[in-house]
Amino acid sequence: MKKRNFWVILTGVVIGIAALALSALGNPGNMGFCIACFLRDTSGALKLHSAEAVQYVRPEIVGMILGAMIIAMLTKEFKPRGGSSPMTRFVIAIVVMVGALMFLGCPLRMMLRVGGGDLNALIGLVGFIAGIFVGTLWMRVGFTLKRAYAQSMTEGLVIPIVAAVIMALSVFLPALFAASESGPGSMHAPIAIALVVGLVVGGLCQRSRFCTVAASRDAMLFKDFSMLWGFVAVIATTIIGNVILGKFHLSFADQPVAHTDGLWNFLGMALVGWGSVLLGGCPLRQVILAGEGNSDAGITVTGFVVGAAICHNFGLASSGKGPTVNGMIAVVVGFVLLTLIGLFNREKA
Amino acid sequence: MLIVDARGLLCPEPVVRTQRAVKDELDELTVLVDAQAAKENVTRFAESRGYTVSVQQEGLDYTLSLHRA
Repeated sequence: MKKRNFWVILTGVVIGIAALALSALGNPGNMGFCIACFLRDTSGALKLHSAEAVQYVRPEIVGMILGAMIIAMLTKEFKPRGGSSPMTRFVIAIVVMVGALMFLGCPLRMMLRVGGGDLNALIGLVGFIAGIFVGTLWMRVGFTLKRAYAQSMTEGLVIPIVAAVIMALSVFLPALFAASESGPGSMHAPIAIALVVGLVVGGLCQRSRFCTVAASRDAMLFKDFSMLWGFVAVIATTIIGNVILGKFHLSFADQPVAHTDGLWNFLGMALVGWGSVLLGGCPLRQVILAGEGNSDAGITVTGFVVGAAICHNFGLASSGKGPTVNGMIAVVVGFVLLTLIGLFNREKA
Repeated sequence: MLIVDARGLLCPEPVVRTQRAVKDELDELTVLVDAQAAKENVTRFAESRGYTVSVQQEGLDYTLSLHRA
């Protein structure tokens, strides 16, 4: 087996097992990991929004950032860089978060939901692939956010330091933060376990360059299927694990933290797929890159946090009952914004 | 000799630019990148298209020389 395939598949299997473990230890159903939900929960804990059911500092995210940073430093890949259209990335990040909260999951959670038998996530997956396809068309006509340049060490360390400080404060001075007493924000695995699992997954994702978008995107653009193996590994591991644990339920209805509106599940994930291609990676990859010292990814993660706050402050996020009208409008606006951003950021070869 | 400068570009641009460059069936070209991941991705792509890749590292940059027999 080629070395790259080995690391990618190993990462996929570990992510699947880790997600099953975290859900069993307290995380919400089919939500062992969700980059979008967890950044949204952390945003709530910081009181950037006041949706009481989703406020909690998620150690998994902190662990992933720090795990990626540690491994990158050990392999001499921690090279701070930035300056590639940061404000545009910030906007695209908000758009991606709108799409993710319309569907109720980031691409990784979408895969975990598929692994749990959630057929709504399968529709989301089709939408995700369609969105990625549109994104690749923009890449083909010369879309670029221009190059990044080397930055100082401190510039690259801001995100890891901020993540570590927020984690420490939430443990030692919890009264500073909001914390849900009911709803998904109140459902969490023990902090230490979530943090350690995050560290391991973050390190593996850094080493293998794991990215849920790359799986489809590279197959479409270059007939490169190496990341697809990792994508399949996550889903296969999760299906097998859920069947063994008796948690595999094949249905549209009654899935945890999910809704059954097929059209908007499709459109939400299409927005995520398209936006993620423009950003150069899915939300999980952005978190890992931010841990590696990439300040463009840092701005993107900040955009996810702000986007989540905007979603909950203006009623854009879906709930188990389905999408909101504001959310539908926001998704349509998101498609228009991505089109405009595409039109204004092209360079002929 | 065609030089593709893909330094500082995020996925998938280094490979997209390399792909565009090799469309004209060139026997040799040079690709500049400044990240491990980009080096790996461009190398994997080039090798899948029948090129041999030799890598030279200068400071933070990698110079990838692609040759096809």
